[in-house]
Amino acid sequence: MDGLQRGSAAIVGIAESDLGAVAKEMTPIDLMAQGIQRALADCGLHLRDVDGLICATTQSRTSGLALSEYLGISPAFIDTTILGGSSFMFHVAHAQAALQLGLCKVAVIAYGSTQRTVGRRQASVREYNPYETPFRPFLPATAYALAASRHMHQYGTTREQLAAVAVAAREWALLNPAAWEKKPLTVDEVLSARMVSYPFTVRDCCLITDGGGAVIMTTAERARSLKKPPVYVLGCGQAITHANISSMPDLTVTGALQSGRAAYEMARLSPGDIDVVELYDAFTINTILFLEDLGFCPKGEGGRFVCDGRIAPGGGLPVNTNGGGLSYCHPGMYGLFLLIEAARQLRRECGARQIADCETAIAHGNGGVLSSQSSVILGTQATI
Amino acid sequence: MERTKESPLALYQAHLEAGELAYQWSPEAGKAVFYPRVICPFTGSNRLEWRVSSGLGTVYATTVTHPREGAPYNVALIDCDEGFRLMSRVEDIAPAAVRIGMRVRFRVHRPGGDEPLYPVFTPLGTV
Repeated sequence: MDGLQRGSAAIVGIAESDLGAVAKEMTPIDLMAQGIQRALADCGLHLRDVDGLICATTQSRTSGLALSEYLGISPAFIDTTILGGSSFMFHVAHAQAALQLGLCKVAVIAYGSTQRTVGRRQASVREYNPYETPFRPFLPATAYALAASRHMHQYGTTREQLAAVAVAAREWALLNPAAWEKKPLTVDEVLSARMVSYPFTVRDCCLITDGGGAVIMTTAERARSLKKPPVYVLGCGQAITHANISSMPDLTVTGALQSGRAAYEMARLSPGDIDVVELYDAFTINTILFLEDLGFCPKGEGGRFVCDGRIAPGGGLPVNTNGGGLSYCHPGMYGLFLLIEAARQLRRECGARQIADCETAIAHGNGGVLSSQSSVILGTQATI
Repeated sequence: MERTKESPLALYQAHLEAGELAYQWSPEAGKAVFYPRVICPFTGSNRLEWRVSSGLGTVYATTVTHPREGAPYNVALIDCDEGFRLMSRVEDIAPAAVRIGMRVRFRVHRPGGDEPLYPVFTPLGTV
């Protein structure tokens, strides 16, 4: 991304709020604040240091106001860009720009959702689209199912290959104490689960949980004096290709192609240089599409690529090491959790699921119905 | 500046009332535009012509959505022969029998009551 400088800013604090099913009457803003308090403690900064506030949630129309009031701050820089689950990758680029320009010194990116507690329909109201709504697409699942149908048709991708994505995610989740799912999962169990929108059963679809968290960013210079090893922002890229699935140009090619290319260029890295891969797996087809579009395998090969435990623990490529949206947590807009896991891996804080000797990670966000794509490449001190 | 007298959606609906599937044509881009809008997304121009589709198309993508209650139903994306795509469903055939590449023909669906009309498709040859 022109203007952003490789490594000029870093993620210094990370934390999840309570996850899963949170206490009754907790609000999204409560969860954001809880995440911020924990992330500040993680890096040793104080709320009074925060002069950049970035947040997004579907449950508060003016979340920037609500969160500022709640925290008792008047931020010098504020951004509430909302583009679906990828919003937080866009936020990283915006925070980096603001830090580079001196618009703020410490930026917080926060998210919170109580969609499990209040119900998905309540948490995220769907707009009426006269060109789609009459056909009763069960969104977002139906839209992603249409993309899967096209991938299966063009490339011979199978339901078993889609299921392999869910099984790999579950194996990672079993190594993550914070994950929602606690039991093993087989390909047969995925295939025989309740059908949602063909070819997806409920096990091909992300979880519906509560949750939130925060990421603290500051300049590279300041990052080096804080508690934890800095996780540098090496590359950012973004692309918007459509809003509604009927306007997506090619259902087998996502904007991750452009967002990844831009992020790699800024980071001066290629897919082969990436040690840990965190992809927005709202549905099993997502992982396959993004592995292809981000250059980890050729277009059309994603289905075959994910088989035989390739992306599971102990496989050739570590993908979605927290268990993903499929098995760890998925509170509506999941992007922030990909950034948290990528940073946590690079800080060597992942316990049983830690990837040895990792220096680089990609956190790729997806929003809407494959609509907005944003990639962030992160690296340790060794990459600077 | 000339004020818009009828919205793109209202004109589209009026065509459906007349039994027609309408779309827009951008003469500057030489491309079909769908859904109807006030400027062309290819050129930025407000010069858009209304045209009526032959109603023939091909299934581009298809799924069967299973509601918690009620019968499963088809949701499909149809590529019309004039070069535009829309969401719809294929009727007169089992939802799971709809195939990518299947040739289909448009007809108007009248849901009744205050519900607006919308286009559905049927397999060619079963009219």
